[in-house]
Amino acid sequence: MSIYLLVDIGSTYTKILAVDLAEEVILGRAQSPTSIEIDVTIGLNEALAELVDACGLDLARVTGKYASSSAAGGLKMAAIGLVPELTLEAARRACLGAGAKLVCGYGFEIDREIVEAIVAARCDIILLCGGTDGGDKKAITHNARMLAHSAVDCPIIVAGNRVVADVVRETLERQGKKVYRASNVLPRLDTVEVEPAQELIRDIFISRITKAKGLDKAADFIGGPIIPTPKATLQAAALLADGAEGESGIGSLLVLEVGGATTNVHSVMDQSLVTPQTVLRGLPESRIKRTVEGDLGIRYNAPTIYELLGKDAFLRKLRDRCLSVEEGEFDADTHIDFLSKNVGYAPTTDLGLDIDIVLAESAASIAVERHAGTVRQEFSVVGEILVQQGKNLLEAQNVIGTGGIFRYGLHPERVLRSALFSPEAPWSLKPRAPKTFVDCEYMLYGIGLLAEHHPVPALRIAKKHLRQTGVEI
Amino acid sequence: MGKRQVNKSVVIGTIGADAHMIGGWVLEKAFRQAGFTVAFLGAVVPQQEFINAAIEIDADAVLVSSMYGMGILDCEGLREKCIEAGLEDIILYAGGTVAAPIEIEKNWPEVERRFKALGFDRVFPNTCTAEEAVMALKADLGLT
Repeated sequence: MSIYLLVDIGSTYTKILAVDLAEEVILGRAQSPTSIEIDVTIGLNEALAELVDACGLDLARVTGKYASSSAAGGLKMAAIGLVPELTLEAARRACLGAGAKLVCGYGFEIDREIVEAIVAARCDIILLCGGTDGGDKKAITHNARMLAHSAVDCPIIVAGNRVVADVVRETLERQGKKVYRASNVLPRLDTVEVEPAQELIRDIFISRITKAKGLDKAADFIGGPIIPTPKATLQAAALLADGAEGESGIGSLLVLEVGGATTNVHSVMDQSLVTPQTVLRGLPESRIKRTVEGDLGIRYNAPTIYELLGKDAFLRKLRDRCLSVEEGEFDADTHIDFLSKNVGYAPTTDLGLDIDIVLAESAASIAVERHAGTVRQEFSVVGEILVQQGKNLLEAQNVIGTGGIFRYGLHPERVLRSALFSPEAPWSLKPRAPKTFVDCEYMLYGIGLLAEHHPVPALRIAKKHLRQTGVEI
Repeated sequence: MGKRQVNKSVVIGTIGADAHMIGGWVLEKAFRQAGFTVAFLGAVVPQQEFINAAIEIDADAVLVSSMYGMGILDCEGLREKCIEAGLEDIILYAGGTVAAPIEIEKNWPEVERRFKALGFDRVFPNTCTAEEAVMALKADLGLT
């Protein structure tokens, strides 16, 4: 028997996907509102009952279960570093790559106002960095003192200058803070090493935060640890790109996840230069990279997208798609406001569906632009020189869309088009001519949950169920 | 922590992919004659090596030479790295053909503005003498 249940306890819905690993098929799915405020198992059991109804699954035949969660705010982290482009950036990457939601990030010496903001943000973990090994000691020791004498009560991971790590730890512990130590996220100016900090984040999430968020009952049901949802998606992206033993991957890729509150972008691709002569700037880019845009989402954050785009541009885009929209017939302001207050709303009219697509397109375009690197021209004695900053995704082989819009949306492949390179913004290194896929089964998180212990069947299921789409540019 | 003590030491080298050594070599002689300890790194020096040398000799200043017109590009990010490496207050100078010659001739204030924006304390055109550089640093260190 090889039936597995893959559970995601989201902020709005608890979703379950049932797969048969021997047959390499998806058996069915179900969802129910997340009930973490009262008891997480209520929503879980409702979804299970629905699953049994939907596909006649015999729960006694289930071999194993895995789960991820982004409920109760997900894994909320604060990053503190010294120079924003250096240790703070490395700290941010450590958090995002661990599947955390970065609620705040600060460089240089923090003051009382910042400490109050960190306390108010009610983080689950603070990652305290600053200084290369043997480098600056002042900022991290100052920041440790500020945190030590604050009301902060979450665990603090110290991952800065090794030379003062003990001092920093003692400063915090003396005031009763819970401290963990990882090696420096930026040991040398040209080396980013986020993995040890990320492992600690994962351990702390499993050992402390699962319980604090009321997820322990779900963990008991699963019979194993629960991981942050974005981490699951990142694992799926890595498996799909790189393959597993005996089963090849699909090559370099970008996964675009448009949600109600946030838009996540994951890329799995080696860094490369736009041209061999290009000058590269900034911290070295990691092969597996995640960014998340906390201001871009098509429900909670529909107003932000609408504002970024501007009313005129929004209406123009909508008319391009939905010719029947006449002036006066539809009030954009009211509809956008409605979306932000009815986050579970699923449109049924063509107009409603097209509005979601326009919002998702804009979110995708901006989020991928922020994820991808840029090039600019400079002039020198030897002529024109290209300066590249960030990750070059021009030659990415695949782009995959996941999230609700790609399951229910009207021709959601349109959203993927806006994630691609545009001649109007030639400085932005977005994918130029990738194959495009839609995760119409909404299964990627589940593939990620299986990636560690069952990579081969998971990969084969993913390859079978991703729907390739045509994108004309 | 109090203000660090001036110990008359400088790091000199030609930055980036630039193989020209002469500028740095002339500066090295001039600074040694003026009684400075000099770490002379030669040509084709990455930013990281300037910083490593500055940490080792506890340098007062880093003097970056550039001849091939890409000085601005090569100097980007050096100040930020210095801060991270604990060299927050170190003095940074650049000199030579630090931008395209036409820019240096016609648009020096803009070149100066860009280096200031990168966190450099001074930038010198290719017409400056080594003695002038020594005088400038002595003034900035309060040695005159």
